[in-house]
Amino acid sequence: MNVSKSLPDSPSPFKPLRDRLATTVVDLPRSGIRDFFDIVSQMKEVISLGVGEPDFTTPWHIREGAMYSLEQGQTGYTSNLGMPKLRKAISGYVERTFGPSYNPDREILITVGVSEALDLAIRALCNPGDEVIYHEPCYVSYRPLITLAHAKPVILETSAGDNFRVTAERLRPLITDRTKLLILNFPNNPTGGGLSAEDVKGIAELAVEKDLIVITDEIYAELTYDRPHVSIAAMPGMRDRTIFLHGFSKALAMTGWRIGFACAPPELTEAMMKIHQYTMLCAPVMSQEAAYEALRHPERDIQEMKESYWRRRNFLHASFVSMGLNCQKPEGAFYMFPEIRGFGITAKEFAIKLLEQEQVAAVPGTAFGVCGEGHLRCCYATSMDQLKVAVTRIERFIGGLK
Amino acid sequence: MDRLIALLQENARIPLEDAALQLDMSVEEVAAAIAELEKTGVIRAYQAIVNEDKLEADQVTAVIEVKVTPEREGGFDHIASRICRYPEVTSMYLMSGQYDLMLFVEGPDLRTVATFVSARLSSIPGVTGTATHFRLKTYKHHGVLMEKDQPHERLQVSP
Repeated sequence: MNVSKSLPDSPSPFKPLRDRLATTVVDLPRSGIRDFFDIVSQMKEVISLGVGEPDFTTPWHIREGAMYSLEQGQTGYTSNLGMPKLRKAISGYVERTFGPSYNPDREILITVGVSEALDLAIRALCNPGDEVIYHEPCYVSYRPLITLAHAKPVILETSAGDNFRVTAERLRPLITDRTKLLILNFPNNPTGGGLSAEDVKGIAELAVEKDLIVITDEIYAELTYDRPHVSIAAMPGMRDRTIFLHGFSKALAMTGWRIGFACAPPELTEAMMKIHQYTMLCAPVMSQEAAYEALRHPERDIQEMKESYWRRRNFLHASFVSMGLNCQKPEGAFYMFPEIRGFGITAKEFAIKLLEQEQVAAVPGTAFGVCGEGHLRCCYATSMDQLKVAVTRIERFIGGLK
Repeated sequence: MDRLIALLQENARIPLEDAALQLDMSVEEVAAAIAELEKTGVIRAYQAIVNEDKLEADQVTAVIEVKVTPEREGGFDHIASRICRYPEVTSMYLMSGQYDLMLFVEGPDLRTVATFVSARLSSIPGVTGTATHFRLKTYKHHGVLMEKDQPHERLQVSP
């Protein structure tokens, strides 16, 4: 049977596909990272400081643990909340590391990366028109997720002069009657900035005063270098108004496994679980097994990798300073956010020129918010040898710009 | 100090300047710390880790378990210090368990190692028994895999 014959001869009233898309999605900007990725991927021999993940492979015992579970035939669904043994292990780890205690039966939800947890948290809480305060420069998904939940993004701009901190003082004027949520991410991607115990305390007091819910994305917490990490969930009055988000991707080098989790009071966990069960059902069982194995003795694995990032942070920061770049010494994560505004070109122009002339890829700060202009995100989770070559090339490049 | 040792254990050939930058110390501080580690004997030597299976020349390595009678004065140390001075012995440890000393012995061929065991080692007063195992292949040595892992693919730009 010839199918084409059944098509009508006259043009059908076919509305272009683009016109049928949801307006929220059409209006959603493409990620600046993605634009830049397309340019970089066409070039060869690039030294990349553009990644957002560890350069370690997942520690062997974790990979081996996942393989063992596959051999044992662990290939089915798990509970919607995630495997009970993993939730129990997470409960212990979170209490030991961050302070607050969460009931593994009702207050912990295993998600497909922190990215999913963040989406669930925002969607579970926001009604159309609710205001959500978050800080920029920040991870690329915060604003789109707020918009997709039909809530209104309210930006708190952080700056180098303030060590990219959020403080109660800066926060207070942004709070209105419609403010529903505050999203925090420290240590921060892309700036490497962190918060002091004082900062966290101040924000917590304000959140209690204004009766806000806080979503805290602490995915980089273990990679805090010069002082202990303080979680806002551990502050007085905060546990029951905080959604604590964490995962295995960064400190345990498990990005590809896609395992994150949310810890929150039962009502909030239940609400997030509702969305999770209809969209995701559960996180992949083999990844949950790997995460369980990871939590047997996480401290040693984390310490080894952290030491290595610490060394590279010191090296890259000292190198940037000695070539005359203004650069905050990052407190955590594995990003450095040097200032390049003195060269009279935009961050994007800078990044593209650097890529074309010296084959070094670093992400323009504007990919993380408008106020990232004048900065470049350089990830130092790459080998020392590569970092050294990158430093030489960047120095030569800015020498040519002056 | 521990951080410096860890760094040197990963790469003993790291230039002082690099070590200083990475550890947030001055070059002088690093140099002084290394000198101190050498002087106090914490650092005994710097060596290359070689994949011997890739060398042209055949070299035989044996692990030898040795049972000895400890002496009334000095326990195992006296006899151990006699055995470990042979240049054929490349590593040696006092062990718990079925035997007392574990030796790594190297020689150009099987016969030389066998002769060392029967003629030298076994005849030392106090040695009451030996068991010799020959190395067939090295997979990992001093924490270093002998085969390089394939580099894993990473996206060059990611959020």
